[in-house]
Amino acid sequence: MSTETSSWQPAAAGLRCKECQRQQPLEAIFVCDYCFGPMEVEYDAERIKATVTRERIAAGPQSLWRYRDFLPCAPANPHAGLPTGMSPLIAAPRLAERLGLREVWVKNEAANPTHSFKDRVVSVALEAAKQLGFKVIACASTGNLANSVAAHAAAAGLDSYVFIPADLEIQKIVATGIYGTRLVAIDGNYDDVNRLCTELAGERPWAFVNVNMRPYYSEGSKTLAYEAVEQLGWRLPDACVVPIASGSLYTKINRGFGELIDAGLVAGVKPAMFGAQAAGCGPVATAWEEGADFVSPVKPHTIAKSLAIGNPADGIFALEVAKATGGTITAVSEQEIVDGIQLLAETTGVFTETAGGVTTATLVRLAKAGLLPKDGTTVLYITGEGLKTLDAVSHLVETHPIAPTVAAFEAQVEGVRLVA
Amino acid sequence: MSVNVKIPAPLRQLTGGVAAVACEPGTVKELIAQVDVAHPGFAERVTEDGLLRRFVNVFVAGDDVRFADGIETAVADGQEVTILPAVAGG
Repeated sequence: MSTETSSWQPAAAGLRCKECQRQQPLEAIFVCDYCFGPMEVEYDAERIKATVTRERIAAGPQSLWRYRDFLPCAPANPHAGLPTGMSPLIAAPRLAERLGLREVWVKNEAANPTHSFKDRVVSVALEAAKQLGFKVIACASTGNLANSVAAHAAAAGLDSYVFIPADLEIQKIVATGIYGTRLVAIDGNYDDVNRLCTELAGERPWAFVNVNMRPYYSEGSKTLAYEAVEQLGWRLPDACVVPIASGSLYTKINRGFGELIDAGLVAGVKPAMFGAQAAGCGPVATAWEEGADFVSPVKPHTIAKSLAIGNPADGIFALEVAKATGGTITAVSEQEIVDGIQLLAETTGVFTETAGGVTTATLVRLAKAGLLPKDGTTVLYITGEGLKTLDAVSHLVETHPIAPTVAAFEAQVEGVRLVA
Repeated sequence: MSVNVKIPAPLRQLTGGVAAVACEPGTVKELIAQVDVAHPGFAERVTEDGLLRRFVNVFVAGDDVRFADGIETAVADGQEVTILPAVAGG
């Protein structure tokens, strides 16, 4: 294992602009210097096909590094850092029955070290940053990414800067600052923070995971496709429901399924990809409904703050994926988000944040509209933890304090949902 | 007074490393044309068919011009123009 590990070389061949196809070397280049289009990692597909097998993956660590043959980089010691990935794929028969579907699975990303899928993208970005010689890790974030960057930088012993909007909720500030990061609060909203970080990335020798490390960062999301297929017993789902913020997660999961097919690890067609947005920030869903091939930016107003990107960089690519796979992109109301969180919790035992409420609400809409295969397999990607957005659902839970006597209990017990 | 147009890092090889270009007030389109006179090739990189390329974001005094009049957005004396690639996520 150790000899094999030290001799491993990634199949990544370079970076290619998704817009104009111009190529660049595997460096800290995040936009095409010709047209500003996003750069994406390209691989030697033949080499992957010749190397990778189901057995080779199964013999790897219980983390996303078991799929390193599909990634741009991997640590020499796969057990270094915070173990990320291999989150549970949970059978959801009660949810499926409620919706009239045969088979629904929940990919529960709250099981990651900082309780969201962001640990995957940060793992890959941090490793790329180390290999490119960066000493400082940074990001712009409203919560999940902030938590993840601070934690992974702490585990790796790297300095970090996390830029957040100054009015962020206290639990998100604490769950970031506790790791010893330099927390920079900006007087502005997320789009202002993101703009500042994009400017700073051009001026500072820092690895901003979601800016100049973005081509590597986004590759981490592909592992959500690999894991679902492996956990289903090397079977492709028929449909996936995935939240859309920038559109990166959604497009990369789709790419992951394609790579498994191309590598000969699984036969069949890619799943229909259904995108989920909140109506309070649904620029990609709006473009989809209008049949547009561009995405007009919006100013976000939604409780699903982790999806509140008004100007989604990968939105146009998300539109292409929905069209190519026979999916759709849906926007749901604030009430549907809350109902979605409650439905998922009550039928599966999984408590998700508002983004997961958006995804679950979209599943409900799709099932009602008959857009999901009734006899097929659907995977619901639940990207984060309910404890991070308690405010969204705290009004649903009542407490009824009583005296510590049997008589008081007997008097209250009818109609009481929670006794405190 | 004049308008300061900040040049993004990926395009500074066109400006000989210069990070900002002083221009006369006008629309974003006119400002881009002014930068192009000083640094030929600039306009081609940020626009296509007379419109901003789809991955190019322009901010006037911090506000995205797509919420104003796009490439026709007027820039007043003393305002700062920032050109940035579209990135997001987090």
